[in-house]
Amino acid sequence: MNSFVKNIIRFSLFILVQVFVLDKIHLHQMVTPYVYFLFIIWLPFRMGRTQQMLLAFALGFAMDSFRHHPGFHTAACVMIAYIRPFLVNLLIPQEGADSNYEEPSFKSLGGILPYMIFIGVLTFIHHGWLFLLEAWQFGNIWYFLIKTILSTMLSLFLIVIAEMLFTRQQKFKTNTV
Amino acid sequence: MRNIFLFVRRYFNFILFLLLQGFSIYLIVHYSNYHNAIFSKTSNQVTGKINEKFNSVTSYFRLKKTNDSLVAANEMLYNKLKADFEYPDTTSRLKIDSIKVDSMEQFRKYQYYPARVVYNSVAAQNNFIVLGRGSSQNIKLGMGVIDPNSGVVGVVTEVSSGYAVVMSLLHKDSHLSGKLLKGGETGTLNWDGKTPNIISLAGIPKGVKVVKGDTIISSGFSTSIPKGMMMGIVEEVKSDKSTNNHLIKFRTAANFYNLEFAYVIENKQTEEIKSILEKEKQKSQ
Repeated sequence: MNSFVKNIIRFSLFILVQVFVLDKIHLHQMVTPYVYFLFIIWLPFRMGRTQQMLLAFALGFAMDSFRHHPGFHTAACVMIAYIRPFLVNLLIPQEGADSNYEEPSFKSLGGILPYMIFIGVLTFIHHGWLFLLEAWQFGNIWYFLIKTILSTMLSLFLIVIAEMLFTRQQKFKTNTV
Repeated sequence: MRNIFLFVRRYFNFILFLLLQGFSIYLIVHYSNYHNAIFSKTSNQVTGKINEKFNSVTSYFRLKKTNDSLVAANEMLYNKLKADFEYPDTTSRLKIDSIKVDSMEQFRKYQYYPARVVYNSVAAQNNFIVLGRGSSQNIKLGMGVIDPNSGVVGVVTEVSSGYAVVMSLLHKDSHLSGKLLKGGETGTLNWDGKTPNIISLAGIPKGVKVVKGDTIISSGFSTSIPKGMMMGIVEEVKSDKSTNNHLIKFRTAANFYNLEFAYVIENKQTEEIKSILEKEKQKSQ
């Protein structure tokens, strides 16, 4: 499938799943998983950073329009879209390996550990920034930290399940391009 | 000049990042509830449509609970019927009202409109409820919203032609005034953003005796919610050391987890009250 069409389908599916399924979950009245930003994590390697940030902005804005108070998810999404390329450069196994595969996955980042670090860091930053903006103060730092850490763990759990359920076919391209 | 261009080109991504972040934070801070940007009306219409489609499916799962609450509300109303009371004396006789027009209608203050809840959130710090009824069905900004058992839910803050957005009590900017049923002292409602269904009532002085189980009702000071609507039941009373007030936490009468139907209350005298206030303001200037 064309990657453009694929990403459009992903965009709308992630938003719908997030708004109508995951947002209804409140464990102990404070933990809600967020998974929709997998859209940003799964964007192709070769996409420009400007485009990534603009797409993240659009994703966050679409998410926010269901919440009727724009800004929160937009800020969090733009944040991880900005940080993502740095992480890819840090974690990619060898020079030029990002042109071997289409997009980040267990396979293309060379194993479970690098990929887990990759999604773990991005999820943590997304949740932390989102909850920080929502609370708008450092007031109760323990509550904020516990909420962020627990939500990150739950989201990561769901992301790993999603990765296992929907295995993405990653073709190995020769790096002679 | 050339250096500036070089700088912008070199750090273009970083500048774009700062711009987008700044714009988002600007939206968070400056999105006031009575200043609707143009986008919010159209986006409200679009997201409302999607919400309604999903709600038409999910509402079936809660039909039993909805029915039970409506039966309870009906029971309450039946018990208020005049026909249920019979006076033992002979002074009251049955009379037929010969006036065809309802002569009380011109004195009507509150009108209730039923509405279906199409979207509801409790997990965020600022929670909203979307009703499937909008400005073309008589909903206006600032109307109060209650649940079928007359527990206060919130105030309408955004209206499009087919949908209305309600700022629920579980919103950091929602500060309605509540009143203790027993003593009549009024205070302000605040939500700390942590536990849904638990709200604090601030501004009740320590001299007032409050115990667990006391009822809190709406004060009727605002034009949106009539006096005497149930707000909740006191769960916990502590004394605030820094001020002269109690710290009161109460459980809301409306259960925000499973709202299905709501009633929107129109105050027909809002205009009159507003115009008097306006006159008074002009006088004092």
